[in-house]
Amino acid sequence: MTEANIAKSTSGNLVKDEPVQYVNELTTLNLGPTHPATHGIFQNVLTMDGEKIIAGEQTVGYIHRAFEKIAERRPFYQITTLTDRMNYCSSPINNMGWHMTVEKLLGVEVPKRAQYIRVIMMELARIADHIVCNGILGVDTGAFTGFLYIYEYREKIYEIYEEMCGARLTTNMGRVGGMERDLSKEAIRKINEFLTTFPPILKEFERLFNRNRIFMDRTIGVGGISAERAMSYGFTGPNLRAAGVDYDVRVMNPYSSYEDFEFDIPVGQHGDTYDRFMVRNEEIWQSLRIIEQALKNLPEGPYFADAPEYYLPPKQEVYRSMEALIYHFKIVMGEIDAPVGEVYHAVEGGNGELGFYLISDGGRTPYRLHFRRPCFIYYQAYPEMCVGSTISDAIVTMSSLNVIAGELDA
Amino acid sequence: MLSNQTVAEEIVKKFGDDVYDFEEPFGLLTLTTTREQIIPMLEYLKNHSDFKISFLTDITGVHFPDTIPDREYAVVYHLHSFIHNFRVRIKVFLAEADLHIPSVTNVYASANWMERETFDFFGIIFDGHPNLVRILNMDEMDYFPMRREYPLEDPTREDKIDALFGR
Amino acid sequence: MATDIKIVEAPEGFEGSGFFATSFDKVVGLARSHSLWPLPFATSCCGIEFMSTMASRYDLARFGSERPSFSPRQADMLLVAGTIAKKMAPVLKQVYLQMAEPRWVIAIGACASSGGVFDTYSVLQGIDRVIPVDVYVPGCPPRPEQILEGIMQVRELTHNESLRRRNGAEYQALLASYNIQ
Repeated sequence: MTEANIAKSTSGNLVKDEPVQYVNELTTLNLGPTHPATHGIFQNVLTMDGEKIIAGEQTVGYIHRAFEKIAERRPFYQITTLTDRMNYCSSPINNMGWHMTVEKLLGVEVPKRAQYIRVIMMELARIADHIVCNGILGVDTGAFTGFLYIYEYREKIYEIYEEMCGARLTTNMGRVGGMERDLSKEAIRKINEFLTTFPPILKEFERLFNRNRIFMDRTIGVGGISAERAMSYGFTGPNLRAAGVDYDVRVMNPYSSYEDFEFDIPVGQHGDTYDRFMVRNEEIWQSLRIIEQALKNLPEGPYFADAPEYYLPPKQEVYRSMEALIYHFKIVMGEIDAPVGEVYHAVEGGNGELGFYLISDGGRTPYRLHFRRPCFIYYQAYPEMCVGSTISDAIVTMSSLNVIAGELDA
Repeated sequence: MLSNQTVAEEIVKKFGDDVYDFEEPFGLLTLTTTREQIIPMLEYLKNHSDFKISFLTDITGVHFPDTIPDREYAVVYHLHSFIHNFRVRIKVFLAEADLHIPSVTNVYASANWMERETFDFFGIIFDGHPNLVRILNMDEMDYFPMRREYPLEDPTREDKIDALFGR
Repeated sequence: MATDIKIVEAPEGFEGSGFFATSFDKVVGLARSHSLWPLPFATSCCGIEFMSTMASRYDLARFGSERPSFSPRQADMLLVAGTIAKKMAPVLKQVYLQMAEPRWVIAIGACASSGGVFDTYSVLQGIDRVIPVDVYVPGCPPRPEQILEGIMQVRELTHNESLRRRNGAEYQALLASYNIQ
């Protein structure tokens, strides 16, 4: 509307005035980098026609921390701490993915028990990741209650982590060659308690959302993507499965004994926000199934591989035996060389295929370490997914994609 | 199940002398090609009636400063066929003086940001890319930080300078 | 039970029948310290711990921070949780400038305090290079209890702060050292 028109339309005599001419004006909306609804720091420059999005462009890199550069300067075991801080919603998956990459390079065979413990921890992490995503999606559609219900169980998962490694969020769990400690009695009790108390709450959560009219109206048909486009954009994980492609690294390239467990891979049909929500919810159920099986069939035996050159010896041993002390010193000082090699190892992260591409030149540090970060790759599709929809739909779409800034910006 | 042997033979049949250095580190078929052949090769693998290697997992760069001349930089493509669960790694080596390679954004939409990231880190120029600007670092940055000659640490920090422990 | 409700104690003063006299500083400090509106500037891992702090178990709302103010203009304390990259630093400063006085800043976690493990070319080595900080919370990430402790420290500061502090020469000099007018 031009100024003259405004002046006219407010000049009093409405009947005689010409009808107001609405000029089709485009506005530019700067969503982010610190918008509360973006869950992290991304900037989206949206071109809007009224409430409708015409075009969008993202700017990322606001939390670029140079993981790959740091990794070139750190001995192998110190890189675990970096992986923690990548997808911080599900750090154990990152930790174990990294350990498995190094084990593949070194040719270390991890005992069955350690593999099962890893599976339990990774599935707990997956649940924790999906809890954040779905809980926040609820908040973004206007339902805070679900978040409060379900977030309490994330705290319970933290308690289990604490039992296993002492930390809550950035876990640094496990070691190259196995776990740092065995599942304690208390840990098993806590996992069992979680397995019995969490399902009713999850059911309650689903009852709040799944057939909720408002939630359905806000999410069905919003931010959809076809299977073909999703594959072209490099989608993986729940977002790809919601579009109808049943690709899951746990099944396609089983690692850490995933082939021993029976679980289903949920897939969606339309690749929209509702499908993504439902796929994640169903994955939580499947993860619970896996944990149950792993706990039931937990094999006896050692929880770390017999690879003293790479596995940090237990602290009690370090104080008692000379040999352990020497290995401890060598590992901590990063004096142990790795073999020459080139490895790509992928695990199913919280939101897709998390890959580690490691080139070792035989030194104490990686020559080059590249992380395939699922978020970074699929977040490119965001403008395509939200063009033509309204701004409130764009927020919901972004929330359901579960883009983690720390992972995206490396 | 596709075997590395079958795929390698087919690729050699199609591209002849333009593919070389076949390897199988940890069972993953790895081959090297020239930059002229990268787009035809990705298209060939994507549209092959049997292989259907149609998922681009990753693109990244590597810097080898102390290597044979004219092979200082490598661009590494990881591809995946969901149908056969088959992965392949394709490398293209570039000379420091001529860091140009065709962009594959027309074959895979996901290549867009991966190529921008590689440009941002290594300064490799992807010809034909729709928007080849820095993605993670600041636009004002005047060097390519992942090249091996550049330091990791922040130069403005003084409190860590220590005669005994260093940085 | 009505008897469980805890009411804040009155500040020191003179009391008589029908009147209570105390200094203005104390009343304002009392009010401020019990309704600090936080502005979460959450960028990474520490932001998730801050979410835990706000959620059911740790419940930040108990301390008068019920409403996280996502607009800087209505916020009292800026909680910087997470790594601030150099690309982000101007944005952080902008947000700080948009806040009205009095304003307090907490640097949550090692990254915000000093750059933490990320001593790299792209990370700002502590937010105190761009804005003044009142309280530093250590940890990578700090536990919610630690974040609450940090907020308690800010409450302590607000409680005892003189009304004239923000007009004083010392404070102006501090702002000037950060090029803030």
